[in-house]
Amino acid sequence: MAKIGYNDDSAVVIIGSGAGGGTLANELCQKGIKVVVLEAGAMQSNASFINDEWKSFAQLAWLDPRTTSGSFRLAKDFPGLPAWICKTVGGTTTHWAGASLRFQEREFKVRSEYGQLEGANLMDWPLTLKEMEPWYAKAEDKMGVTRTNGIPGLPGNNNFKVMYAGATKLGYKEVHTGNMAINSQPRDGRGRCLQLGFCFQGCKSGAKWSTLYTELPKADATGNLDLRPESHVTRIEHNAAGKVSAVVYFDKDGKEQRQKARIVCVAGNSIETPRLLLLSASDMFKDGLANSSGQVGRNYMRHMTGSVYAAFKDPVHMFRGTTMAGIVRDEAGNDTRRGFVGGYEMETLSLGVPFMAAFLNPGGWGADFTWWMDHYAQLAGMWLVGEDMPRETNRITLNAKVKDKYGSPVANVHFDDHPNDVAMRNHAYTQGERVYEAAGAIRTFRTPPYPSTHNLGTCRMGASASSSVCNAFGQTHDISNLFISDGSQFTTGGAENPTLTIVALAIRQADHIAGQMSRKLI
Amino acid sequence: MQPIRLATADSREPSGSITKPDLPLTRRQFLKGSGILFGTIAITSPLALLAPSSAWALELKVLDTATGNTLLSFGRVLYPHANLPDAVYAILVKDLDAMAASDPEIARQLRDGVQALDQKAGGAFSKAKPETQLTAVKAIEATPFFATVRGKCITSLYDNEMAWAALGYPGESWSKGGYITHGFQDLKWLPAPPESASPPPYMG
Repeated sequence: MAKIGYNDDSAVVIIGSGAGGGTLANELCQKGIKVVVLEAGAMQSNASFINDEWKSFAQLAWLDPRTTSGSFRLAKDFPGLPAWICKTVGGTTTHWAGASLRFQEREFKVRSEYGQLEGANLMDWPLTLKEMEPWYAKAEDKMGVTRTNGIPGLPGNNNFKVMYAGATKLGYKEVHTGNMAINSQPRDGRGRCLQLGFCFQGCKSGAKWSTLYTELPKADATGNLDLRPESHVTRIEHNAAGKVSAVVYFDKDGKEQRQKARIVCVAGNSIETPRLLLLSASDMFKDGLANSSGQVGRNYMRHMTGSVYAAFKDPVHMFRGTTMAGIVRDEAGNDTRRGFVGGYEMETLSLGVPFMAAFLNPGGWGADFTWWMDHYAQLAGMWLVGEDMPRETNRITLNAKVKDKYGSPVANVHFDDHPNDVAMRNHAYTQGERVYEAAGAIRTFRTPPYPSTHNLGTCRMGASASSSVCNAFGQTHDISNLFISDGSQFTTGGAENPTLTIVALAIRQADHIAGQMSRKLI
Repeated sequence: MQPIRLATADSREPSGSITKPDLPLTRRQFLKGSGILFGTIAITSPLALLAPSSAWALELKVLDTATGNTLLSFGRVLYPHANLPDAVYAILVKDLDAMAASDPEIARQLRDGVQALDQKAGGAFSKAKPETQLTAVKAIEATPFFATVRGKCITSLYDNEMAWAALGYPGESWSKGGYITHGFQDLKWLPAPPESASPPPYMG
């Protein structure tokens, strides 16, 4: 591990070590650039991951206080837990299920495709699929995505068998075990999937890609990485010229430190990233860093989500094997005859008994609830995930009334479903239920959204500095050496699980940063 | 007959090792609580295999026996599982007792809430008929007491190995090498998907 001095102002400082930050760190280190990674969470390993839902949740999840407001159901069900994301080295790549889908062409230009939609702040990305294709290809190769680069698909488990039978009976055509960053055969020094069934709890076999044991050790091997776990950043500082110059954080001993920086890249996921920019307000940047557009924290997206569980008269044992074991892609297109714009994916999902009790029907009780738990072994499940509408009023703000243990105002997450989200969710629920009915379900259940795993869009990229926070490379319009390096830069959300796109953007951003550094532009 | 102490639902562990519930209870601990709940697990129940003894006892720190029994009955009305023994619901009482021990406000809320349940049931809630119990519970659904107990049920009742065994969930799979050779695609009542959709597993 490199040791970069606190006063060394030649390094790139990356805040966060997940899909965006961890990938960016490795890409920069491979190019010979010195990198400090400040990660709020602690170091874990495949060996320390726990095959137990609540214990793992305590080990990996971001549990610092947050507040919620707005009409979305999460504000009622889990008012203190709007998001289910991680505070650990590797970030949420420890927890993610591995689904790695490219955006569709139209999803980069939804304002042009969908037109003006009332109450939605639609905007085209300053990027096209064509421009992204080579970066997607690099990301897929890096992550070992199944059904790309000659890598076979994963074997489907029982949960997938049920989905496949119902979906094909219903006439769906694109139904398979997905494009997963989980080794179906040994690759890149990691073994093949053991079908443990605990993808969300950190993959103990290491078959699932996570920056924790891929990007970060590779970056370390270059001698250019200084990774500092348990380092909680509270402020980014700038100099008189308006360039960012240092990052202030509390280290693992609770001591305040200041790390000087040539470039700062923020990859704290879409709640903490805008919070940090807002917390860093100064006399020069009174509304927070990179916020001349007023868009920092706005256009918060969390994907249209929901789940359908179905009970069958015979056992399924959905918990055996990969959590996200298969997909139906037929509803991912834009067909406005369905009563909404955008599309959604249907992906198998399974929860263990502890989380099923917590998430099946939050607040539910009585004989109807226990009927579902009693049928646990006979359940199949799917997650519905689709494009939600960005809204300026859906936003992350600082809640001055609630402070974290460092004395900083916590993030408040405000969200109101757009009518398009509601229409899409209802359609998706209906189709999910039809899939399971076609497979012989005796009962189906519509589970409301879990705490958000896909948090996006709060520092969106765009062509214009007046309506977006960063450019097509995640470089903020206002401060040329400050970058957004996570899902916060998404202009709109697409229907697909976002990690592959975050990784592709990080690889592309590294290329841009290295080029600008060598030309002494930043 | 050795009574078992019920495992805590929220024990934290620093490493990846999976702990079994801690079980033995000394006679001294057994006697010093302010309330005690007793029960047995039917020898015929598969759950008996998870316990060193078919008898269990729960020592309460601050709640009395009657309050404990009422909370146990309340838990059964909230989440009625015919195949879960009282030993699982006793975990709820144990966890509520622990909350009461660390927060006098919760202790008061639980005692008052139990009184309200008795009142709504027109006598001892724990001995009332199921219909009467359900009506009494519905009558207090909007109270903080209801929210406290219902919320606690989620972890107390469903995050323990007895409940998992009863509901058909085996918990961790790592020590068994996962499901790749243990039934992850053993469902036989539907046709297997074609290899194009679901390729065969790589077995080396």
